[in-house]
Amino acid sequence: MAEVLLEIEDLTKRFGGVVAADGISLALPAGELHAIIGPNGAGKSTLIGQLSGEVAPDSGRIYFDGQEITQLPVYRRSQLGLARSFQVTTLFPDFTALDNVALSVQAHSGHSFRFWKNARKETELRGPAHAALARAGLAEREATLVADLSHGERRQLEIAMALAGRPRMLLLDEPMAGMGSEESARLVSLLRALKGDLTIMLIEHDIDAVFALADRISVLVYGRIIANGDPAAIRSDASVREAYLGEGMADA
Amino acid sequence: MSPASKPAVTTGWSIGIVTPSLGLNVAVIVILAAVPAYAALTGNTFALTLFTRVVILAIAALSLNLIMGFGGMVSFGHAAYLGIGGYAVGILAKEGVGSGFVQLPIAIAAAALYALIVGALSLRTRGVYFIMITLAFAQMIYYVAIGLDRYGGDDGLTIYHRSQFGGVIDLNNRTAFYYLCFALLLAAIYLVWRVVNSRFGMVIQGARSNDRRMRAIGFPTFRYRLVCFVIAGAMCGLAGALLANHTNFISPAMMHWTRSGDLIVMVVLGGMQAMFGPLIGAVTFLILEEGLSRLTEYSNLILGPLLLGVAVSMHGGIYGLMTGRRNG
Repeated sequence: MAEVLLEIEDLTKRFGGVVAADGISLALPAGELHAIIGPNGAGKSTLIGQLSGEVAPDSGRIYFDGQEITQLPVYRRSQLGLARSFQVTTLFPDFTALDNVALSVQAHSGHSFRFWKNARKETELRGPAHAALARAGLAEREATLVADLSHGERRQLEIAMALAGRPRMLLLDEPMAGMGSEESARLVSLLRALKGDLTIMLIEHDIDAVFALADRISVLVYGRIIANGDPAAIRSDASVREAYLGEGMADA
Repeated sequence: MSPASKPAVTTGWSIGIVTPSLGLNVAVIVILAAVPAYAALTGNTFALTLFTRVVILAIAALSLNLIMGFGGMVSFGHAAYLGIGGYAVGILAKEGVGSGFVQLPIAIAAAALYALIVGALSLRTRGVYFIMITLAFAQMIYYVAIGLDRYGGDDGLTIYHRSQFGGVIDLNNRTAFYYLCFALLLAAIYLVWRVVNSRFGMVIQGARSNDRRMRAIGFPTFRYRLVCFVIAGAMCGLAGALLANHTNFISPAMMHWTRSGDLIVMVVLGGMQAMFGPLIGAVTFLILEEGLSRLTEYSNLILGPLLLGVAVSMHGGIYGLMTGRRNG
């Protein structure tokens, strides 16, 4: 059993009367691809937000590589190697694809109080950015402005940016949302290639993709994890069928 | 195929060197460099006075473009830095400190310190709130200046001696003073150009585009934006020190909120995010203001709609129109 990279202890978050996280505890061994599924409003994005640092939990603790990170700001967690992608694509539209990824490289190569050298000519930024784009299958589009990229390409760019920071763990918030079947197939094979090298937490509505990729799946309903296990176990779990998978599973 | 494609690359390169923007930039530099010669030949000393003002306010507009155009920080209190720089020179002159080697560094440092305080508070907010806080601070400084009875209060203060630089340069020589301001403007444009394209500049522009994302990929954006704010404040403080020397006079009016508005207009009119945009904006704005005020006392009736037209129809400003470059 690989050592635990991410550990969540009794995480709780309320928004007014709504419980978005109700005592969530999870441990992700290094190298695992762990999928979180659940109906809309179950608290999946809130969980990612708490892990990345954008949402402060009411109680509970988060450990990354043995270090408690519950109170750390977003940028510190990113510097530790916890990278996230966003559900709604949020990039820098007036920059090229390569510029976007180079920024991500820059974020992880020391401070940026460097005022003189042209950053677009620094090979130590452009080189790794180039490599990350190639890994995400976007090498040919590097000079294209983000505003001119297709939806699917932007999602690929999100992944490239996350990779460029050489993270130890990826938090992917619905990376396949709004993708055509061909595009999601490409992304599935990309994630399959990353699996093992990186620890990944994947939130995704595309159930086929989840069952194809995940080592382990947690089912989140109303802020609680109602089931946790490998894909086969989740598939046959009666409470999961009732709460979430329902008719869709019967057809599958 | 590859030997045939090589000349095409070379052609692209040589065309790329003489871009419309480079042509425009060179033309502007040549024209501005020729102003003293023109004034001497025609005996039109007013042209030299006007263009000295243009060049000084172009430095102020350039500093505003750094935070507003590149950094997305719309400061509606930028004239306060002009005032602080100007008052530093005026107050020191009245107290008997006439050396420019003392006055200018103090003017720049005072403006930078003010920017640090305003930035530390205002940069925690966004959009309209940011605009309101920068405006509120500028109004506060404006009323502080009115309260300075020793330094003329509401009426302002005459500066009897321009900053002295030993034997290096005599600011009373109008041509020498013009060329000093012009050289400082070119140096400031070069500085902004380097900064904007550096790693620091990438962070600033990224934070304009998407601050939340910048933090998610690992940038503590606040400190970078604050430093950018201070750089711009210091640069505008220098412009204020030059302006006080130019007019031999300081008064609270130089930091009235409408002056801040003028600076924003210059930047938008000339073209945000273009290195020479603020300069072209300053030239256009001040010449229009001067020319129209001779034609009619209702010059704002013409200037207003004109600016509206630019804002609505040309996102890249005059610079974008002349070079085919568009922003936004």
